[in-house]
Amino acid sequence: MYNKLLASLLVPLALYTTQTLADEVNVYSARKEALIKPLLERFSNETGIQVNLVTGKADALLQRLRSENRNSPADLLITTDAGRLYRAKAAGVLQAVESEILQASIPASYRDPENHWFGLSIRARTIVYAKERVKPEELSSYEALTDSRWKNRLCIRSSGNIYNQSLTASMLVADGALKTEHWAKGLVKNFARPPQGGDRDQIKAAAAGQCDIALANTYYLGTMIHSKNAEEREAAGKMAIFWPNQAGRGVHVNVSGAAVTAAAPHRENAIRLLEFLAGDEAQRWYAASNHEYPVNPDVGWSETLKSWGTFKTDSINLSLLGELNPEAVKIMDRAGWK
Amino acid sequence: MSSAVSSLSSSTGDTLWRWGPPAVAVLMAIPVLVIFSFVLHPAGEVWQHLVETVLRDYVVNSLLLMTGVAIGTLSIGVSCAWLTSMCRFPGRRLFEWALLLPMAIPAYIIAYTYTGMLDFSGPLQTQLREWTGWGYGDYWFPEIRSLEGAALMLSLVLYPYVYLLARASFLEQSVCVLEVSRTLGNGPWRTFFNVALPLSRPAVIAGLSLALMETLADYGTVQYFGVSTFTTGIFRTWFGLDNSPAAAQLSAMLLGFVFLLIILERWSRRHMRFHHTGRRRVSPPRFDLTGWNAAAAFGICGGVLLLGFLLPASQLAVWSWATYGEMVDASFLALTWHSFLLAASASLLALLLALLLGYGKRLHNRPLTRISVRIAGMGYAVPGTVIAVGVMLPFAWFDNTLDSWLRTRFDISSGLLLSGTLVALLFSYLVRFLAVSLQTVEAGLGKIGRSVDDAAYSLGYQPAGVLGRVHLPMMRASLFTALLLVFVDVLKELPATLILRPFNFNTLAVRTYELASDERLMDASSAALAIVLVGVLPVILLSRNIRRLGPAHE
Repeated sequence: MYNKLLASLLVPLALYTTQTLADEVNVYSARKEALIKPLLERFSNETGIQVNLVTGKADALLQRLRSENRNSPADLLITTDAGRLYRAKAAGVLQAVESEILQASIPASYRDPENHWFGLSIRARTIVYAKERVKPEELSSYEALTDSRWKNRLCIRSSGNIYNQSLTASMLVADGALKTEHWAKGLVKNFARPPQGGDRDQIKAAAAGQCDIALANTYYLGTMIHSKNAEEREAAGKMAIFWPNQAGRGVHVNVSGAAVTAAAPHRENAIRLLEFLAGDEAQRWYAASNHEYPVNPDVGWSETLKSWGTFKTDSINLSLLGELNPEAVKIMDRAGWK
Repeated sequence: MSSAVSSLSSSTGDTLWRWGPPAVAVLMAIPVLVIFSFVLHPAGEVWQHLVETVLRDYVVNSLLLMTGVAIGTLSIGVSCAWLTSMCRFPGRRLFEWALLLPMAIPAYIIAYTYTGMLDFSGPLQTQLREWTGWGYGDYWFPEIRSLEGAALMLSLVLYPYVYLLARASFLEQSVCVLEVSRTLGNGPWRTFFNVALPLSRPAVIAGLSLALMETLADYGTVQYFGVSTFTTGIFRTWFGLDNSPAAAQLSAMLLGFVFLLIILERWSRRHMRFHHTGRRRVSPPRFDLTGWNAAAAFGICGGVLLLGFLLPASQLAVWSWATYGEMVDASFLALTWHSFLLAASASLLALLLALLLGYGKRLHNRPLTRISVRIAGMGYAVPGTVIAVGVMLPFAWFDNTLDSWLRTRFDISSGLLLSGTLVALLFSYLVRFLAVSLQTVEAGLGKIGRSVDDAAYSLGYQPAGVLGRVHLPMMRASLFTALLLVFVDVLKELPATLILRPFNFNTLAVRTYELASDERLMDASSAALAIVLVGVLPVILLSRNIRRLGPAHE
């Protein structure tokens, strides 16, 4: 303990230069420290490879990767949505990885067709409703949320958020520009309040009665169910999940994923880490720690995930979400979605 | 005086004061210029889209937010400064330093904390509904997550800038001026409005401009509250619309606006000079407050302290009590150490540069130096992420160019020498926060009359000697203030730290942000509280110094 402390105090002195050691791998991660470090530590324990980590916002990390260019120390880029991975690939900072393990454990729709990036956990953005005031029969699809019966009853966060941008991009794929703009305008009309806060805030507002339905990623409800805070658990108890568009294209999903960088100085280690993250142990960890769905269909679900039931997912190529992101933002701007 | 200076221009030490400021300005301007260079790239038809849809909101909301914060910080800052420096009432000694404490709380943390308490689903409103049986829409309650809420949150943590500088100025005001005012029959109110406040204008304006620039650069609070301002617009355009030229053009507009404000303010007091006639040996004549007046003074200062610090800090403490077992471990100490190390180095470096610039301007008040000083202080109004990218690009360019050259000439690779190191990070702090120490140092220097310089030169001192033996001792309070302000600012700084930090190097602000932005407020509270504690310590130490080093003590 003392040595560890001493070492961590001396780290800054050593960091004035960036020197590379042989048995290590460098990670730029948009997944926050708390949601990735435990996995990385397990990888280090199993393989003896030291993992060096910088966390940050995906766009900023991508910018750093681009400006560092061929001298970038980063081996692996981890993001929390496919759109950024698409953007990284388009910027030419990723490289293709041929790995039988990755091919076997990750379904084709959750990885780049040219193997530049790989999804590692699935995040579903769906309708969360207040059980007291909404019957599930009243709900059907994302499109139907524009119905006037939901006037002043819908909570959703700001359109500056990437999850909403991706959702709108998926609507663009399914319904086209005209209908999507119409949809966004209809949705805005039904807002119970101006968009504010995060996903968890929308669920809480619905539980407290400020609105009746919220659009949110499911794992936020999962962490609320298992919260240390009694009020959060109580609020979560009032809410239930509805899977929309089951008769049609399915629920909008996104992935958190990873990619090996073009400049990777420790390419082999990076691929090993990638394979580890797609492996059984890591895949179970996503569900156990953050209630995300494993991308590997052979890995069992946690009790919380099972309690929400199975559902059909929208199977569009996730690269499209990145490609259509600017258009989605423009549509949301025009719709007055703050 | 000009003859005294020109006779010195041949000396070697003078080169530093003559060419140092422009050199620093060029260095500090690089990141902003890098961003500006994107302005020349065509942004496509996106501008039409912005103008048709959101630009009006960005401009109007930013202006409203600035107005709100200006009203808030001025009324809180100036009134508290006047009360604690010029009046006597119970608790004054405590308030003197305690009123600086809100500065240690990052704006987005106070925003999260108050939302946790005052939101519709928060404990207060839930309790209210339980007592009354009301539902949503049955009653009116101020909406915390709104433009007004954001202005209030920012005012509560930014007023100390105004308070600190106004207070220092009140204390340093020539005692005879105030005495003259009183012998002329002016009561406390008239002395305040007709004499003290006008005399303190440069200090108050310096504090206000810091608060407003911080407001313009704020991202965390407005983003969480769903208020679309210029800053959120820059990021939306940059990342959401994937259009960096348009985002750079928006940043340039923001900077142009700030520049205009600064110039307007300087122009409005172009014929005024604000000097004091040397160091005072007696303490100011304090107004004794009794009865209702004393209670009102106590109420004002106490209310501000309660809202700005006690309430949010207690909430953090309560949360932290429940979670510290999981959240505080050996690595937590390292976080604290990293934060302290960065804040201490950056504040020292910023003070040195500010002295170079401020004193250089005093010695050679020529257009080049004046412009240099202005440019060097521009970074404060630019959102941290924008500065960080502006720092990242030239550093990476330098590293990669050197590396390529070495590869072709000597077949060796230098890799990245500066990118991804603490050097790059410290540089970005300087670009961002130099304005803070510069404003404070300039305000301190400005209060020392020119006759002091002339007297010192006539005794045969060199500029550095005059600075070291005459000016620095006279403005020790300002120097400490400059150190303190940058220290606390760096401690709270997030975006640049997030982007530019080296591997395995986290700070308290990064840890707080990661947990808080994941809506894990309770888990974030320990790190947030640690920021407050690390920030509070120097606040207390230095405010004592300001008191001791200001006027003689009663």
